[in-house]
Amino acid sequence: MAKKPKLAVWKFASCDGCQLSLLDCEDELLAVADHITIANFPEASRAVLDGPYDLSLVEGSITTPHDRDRIQQVRSQSKCLVTIGACATAGGIQALRNFTDVREYMDIVYASPEYISVLQTSTPIADHVPVDFELRGCPINKNQLLEVINAFLNGRRPNVSTNSVCVECKKRGTACIMVTHGTPCMGPVTHAGCGAICPAYNRGCYGCYGAMETPNTSSLAGWMRDLGVSDYELQRMFRTYNAEEPAFRQEGDRYGPEDT
Amino acid sequence: MIGTDQTSVIEREDLQSLFDVVIARGYVPVGPTVRDGAIVFDEVCRVEDLPGGWTEDQDAGSYRLKRRHDTALFGYNNGPHSWKKYLFPPRAKLWEAVKTENNGLTVREAEDTKRPFAFIGVRSCDLHALQVQDAVFMNPKHPDPLYAGRRGKALVIVVNCGQAAKTCFCTSMNTGPRAEGGYDLALTEILDGDDHYFIAEPGSPDGYSLLAGIPHREADSADVLAAQECTKRAAEQIGRKIEISDVKDLLYRNYDNERWDALERRCLTCANCTMACPTCFCSKVEDVTDLTGGHAERWREWDSCFTMDFSYIHGGSVRPTTRSRYRQWLIHKLATWLDQFGMSGCVGCGRCITWCPVGIDLTEEVRLIRASEKDKEADDG
Repeated sequence: MAKKPKLAVWKFASCDGCQLSLLDCEDELLAVADHITIANFPEASRAVLDGPYDLSLVEGSITTPHDRDRIQQVRSQSKCLVTIGACATAGGIQALRNFTDVREYMDIVYASPEYISVLQTSTPIADHVPVDFELRGCPINKNQLLEVINAFLNGRRPNVSTNSVCVECKKRGTACIMVTHGTPCMGPVTHAGCGAICPAYNRGCYGCYGAMETPNTSSLAGWMRDLGVSDYELQRMFRTYNAEEPAFRQEGDRYGPEDT
Repeated sequence: MIGTDQTSVIEREDLQSLFDVVIARGYVPVGPTVRDGAIVFDEVCRVEDLPGGWTEDQDAGSYRLKRRHDTALFGYNNGPHSWKKYLFPPRAKLWEAVKTENNGLTVREAEDTKRPFAFIGVRSCDLHALQVQDAVFMNPKHPDPLYAGRRGKALVIVVNCGQAAKTCFCTSMNTGPRAEGGYDLALTEILDGDDHYFIAEPGSPDGYSLLAGIPHREADSADVLAAQECTKRAAEQIGRKIEISDVKDLLYRNYDNERWDALERRCLTCANCTMACPTCFCSKVEDVTDLTGGHAERWREWDSCFTMDFSYIHGGSVRPTTRSRYRQWLIHKLATWLDQFGMSGCVGCGRCITWCPVGIDLTEEVRLIRASEKDKEADDG
């Protein structure tokens, strides 16, 4: 048998939820371990093998000078680098700091902020190093993660659609909640992948997967305004887990809290 | 077809027999039912599963379920689902392959394990939509085995419309509101004071046989008239219109109309219209492998001309702009479809209008394109 590819999982600024998706694979995890050497995954095992690694999964965003250097080392040790989750692909919820002055928060939260070394912004991994594939979501969908690993193992392109969440809603037969109830929903501008969970439970899409391939955020926002959504709420809708994602950032910037 | 000696009356209280007979003959009855604030299609085994006493208000980008003042079972117009979800499922396995010794490969075609469907409550527009998809999927040169298999075995029970939604325009497309054949059995629901009954017209040997299994009496001329009045009322309620006599040439002349720019700003490219459309038939195939690489499957899934991947060829998407994608969809639906299949791709059901999250209305777009030509003529003159 050919030598098994080596997998590493790296954590940057994040909540661990995405890398836990790999452990959450449960039934499939043993099969993954059969075909891949889990070489560096501190969340799962203390045994750490040296690089280089065939596949690196990177979770989290860049928020400190230390991490800004560390991602370069990760890249240099990785044949293939895949970012997983909203933090790694769009800066995550911590990118909300990009709209404020982070030093003010440090002064409020920490007794001795001078010990803290932090960047003013939270940025995606792709802003710092070349990325081979970005898997979206907050958190990522474990089936999509398996698909990406699978595609990597078999040398093919992952089947990960970049179209809207609406396509997933329609395929599962959910009646559009914006049309039937007037519930504001980010689905039409949001990247598919979750399987359209929230609308199936009568909740508008929160946009966890960031912008879809060709997001028309201004048209959707205009329609939601007509549904009675305030500018303040609109800004909140675009500034959640993917606030720094370019299309969401641009749309969120158009609405100010002063209109509440 | 109406008024033949086979036209019959089924009383409301005998309608359960229809379900019982259909089930006894091995069909899975699917039809309208209320779920999640809409009238959707699902398995319905009892009259009580039908949306009795429910109707809805529809408009561009809006659908609201509401109570009726009577107990009509089919007193609604088409909702978010169409029958294509049964004949052309959103996701279907086409085949699977297993690696064998010495790098061999065994390929197994996917088997359809579904029992035949009985579609109950097919509207005339949707009946035409089935015929449109028949032309696509049952073309003798390359029939789709899954679609053809299911369609061939399916029982089609029409319920003629007694009312129209604001988004309906079947009268423009010559597809309704009365079904004129191509069904197994057609029903028209009549509510008249305390009387509640169905005029039944069999349209095939299966339909005759089905009717024989349900208590019924021969219809008299008053019943026939009531059925005609019912669909006439629906036709009179229709407010939307497309002038189709020259729509193909109109659209062919207007590839560069400024309306496409307005749609560039408005269309979300979310693909809802194509998913809701009962005739849109586009799909993609995806190959999936397991971790061992020893087992592979090919799946077919609904796709849409509104996605970037759909027109992706070497180097990028052929239709990168929103305007190019909306134009492709509209012109295909109303014009190039005629060249391709000899029929229009639009049946006037209005789903794309209701289920567009931002209420884009194709009848309005066609009207504006036409008006812009007239304005231009006036300017030039």
